[in-house]
Amino acid sequence: MTEPPHLLYCHCAHARVVPPEVKTEVLRQLCASGASFEAVADLCALAARQDPLLRRLAAGGPLKIAACYPRAVRWLFAAGQAALSEARTEVLNMRVQPAPAVVAAMLDPRLHPNLAAMDNPKPGRDSHGTGPAPMTS
Amino acid sequence: MSVAGQLTPRVVLYEGAGTAPWAAAARFELLERLLARGYSVSRATGPGGVPLAQGHGEWVMGQCEQDAPPGCRDVRGWDAARVVGMIDAEHAARAGAAPEDWTPWFPVIDEARCTNCMQCLGFCLFGVFGLDAQHRIRVESPENCKTQCPACSRVCPEAAIIFPQYPRSPINGDDVEASHAAREAIKVDISALLGGDVYRVLRERSARGKTRFSAEQDADKALEERRKCLAQMAAAADIPPEVLMSLPSPAEIRRRAEEARARAEAARKGGD
Repeated sequence: MTEPPHLLYCHCAHARVVPPEVKTEVLRQLCASGASFEAVADLCALAARQDPLLRRLAAGGPLKIAACYPRAVRWLFAAGQAALSEARTEVLNMRVQPAPAVVAAMLDPRLHPNLAAMDNPKPGRDSHGTGPAPMTS
Repeated sequence: MSVAGQLTPRVVLYEGAGTAPWAAAARFELLERLLARGYSVSRATGPGGVPLAQGHGEWVMGQCEQDAPPGCRDVRGWDAARVVGMIDAEHAARAGAAPEDWTPWFPVIDEARCTNCMQCLGFCLFGVFGLDAQHRIRVESPENCKTQCPACSRVCPEAAIIFPQYPRSPINGDDVEASHAAREAIKVDISALLGGDVYRVLRERSARGKTRFSAEQDADKALEERRKCLAQMAAAADIPPEVLMSLPSPAEIRRRAEEARARAEAARKGGD
């Protein structure tokens, strides 16, 4: 049986870049659903703090994230010492997608991974942000 | 004090076996209040989910009935304000501070694009960047970053620095596309700072004005001249004027890079 994805919602509490009506409606619909989910006040803050929750989420199987741009989310997790899997992560962008589309995608049991493949890191550094996440907690 | 390693307190709303679920509206109000206070929140409707961090900085609560899991605090009949007030008070007693007291504005490195050229390390005035033990650029002190300043992303020649809360593409994390090239052309001008071109321009402007200013005995006018020049650049690149007014010299940039390399080398040797 396919493992159901974990759900993560970012409230983007410190910036006004996510339309308030979108994030509020997404949270409201997640609350109204029967789904278990994780909600964080601000993904940026967790990344800066290298919060172990990020590592547990990244290492915990398929993951759907309602936040902002997939490229930003991917490298925020990397900054938090938690590498997201390209094959097991779908990011919904509340900055540009309407709430119904985000909610529908979050509650769809199927996963549609959408992180860009990173086959050829630029010279000067390796791809240490894409390997398996260390489990420290 | 570094923010790295500071745990974000987490609240688990347990609605599995042995508890009664919250009404949807009550659940939403509680989550919204907790998130506004900076807490992470897990809604758990059963086994599985993300494991707890072994009790560190976490609260597990539910509307407990018979056979509720051990450790689940019963908040039956409590409204959202009472729950949040209780958690705030306990958190303050444990940590001595509110959960969120820092605006998380800092650069995020797109490692797929970064070439480790270190221009950001040399350019940043606030010591945000450093090197890891492999001499790769990393964000060492995110809390040092100046809120709303995207200057390092403006000097990055690879569009490899993201500020997720920035309003425009591609600095906000949107994909870097050819259509961004024109908008990002400002990089060429700002990057010239690192080659000293703008310093040359400033020196020339200063030299031109020196005779006049010395004759007038008015140093404030010289400063004003520099301010005007830099203000034009600040407006074009969203860089706070005070940042541009404090630009490091090329010699200072080289010194910082050497210092960062020395720190990285010391860290590497310490880890051997």
